[in-house]
Amino acid sequence: MGETAKRIQSALETAFPGAYIALQDESALHEGHAGAPDGGESHFAVAVVWNGFEGMNRVARHRAVNAAVDAEFSGRLHALRIRALTPEEAE
Amino acid sequence: MTDQAVLDEIKSIVESNDVVVFMKGTPTFPQCGFSSVVAQVLDYLGVKYQGVNVLERQEIREGVKAFTDWPTIPQLYVKGEFVGGADIVREMFEQGELKTYLADKGVLEEAA
Repeated sequence: MGETAKRIQSALETAFPGAYIALQDESALHEGHAGAPDGGESHFAVAVVWNGFEGMNRVARHRAVNAAVDAEFSGRLHALRIRALTPEEAE
Repeated sequence: MTDQAVLDEIKSIVESNDVVVFMKGTPTFPQCGFSSVVAQVLDYLGVKYQGVNVLERQEIREGVKAFTDWPTIPQLYVKGEFVGGADIVREMFEQGELKTYLADKGVLEEAA
């Protein structure tokens, strides 16, 4: 796991205690695109399964995930695909 | 800091068009996979929408992120309401919710 990935993973674990988090680096798929710097770690996909999402709509859930990794958007992170589900929805 | 004039312009675009997508590229030639997803879904559902190419307007590209507290492009707005980015649009589409939502908002032209 690269340095950016480690920081994203750890930021998400802090923001969503007890959540199941699956983070995937998809940078290789975007190599050479605008917004994809050399060295990768620019495009990620994440699934966060957390019971705290109960009662939050999609926009609110995505905002929470984006907010957790906000600092990375000013670094290498360019795009983050998000799936934010409650454990029930993930079944 | 985003200029108030830019925020006002975005507000006016969103309020004067029923369906707006802030995107990279145009509805005909999206220049980013995520923008392309939203364009394809709306085209598939037969929704007329106003595309705003943020690649041509750097100040709108940054402004629209602040406008709705959302860090990425594309962004879909319907009747002034922020719906979501590419993941949300795709998810709503796959679950059949998007069509219902657009119909409820009165922006879906029903086939006769």
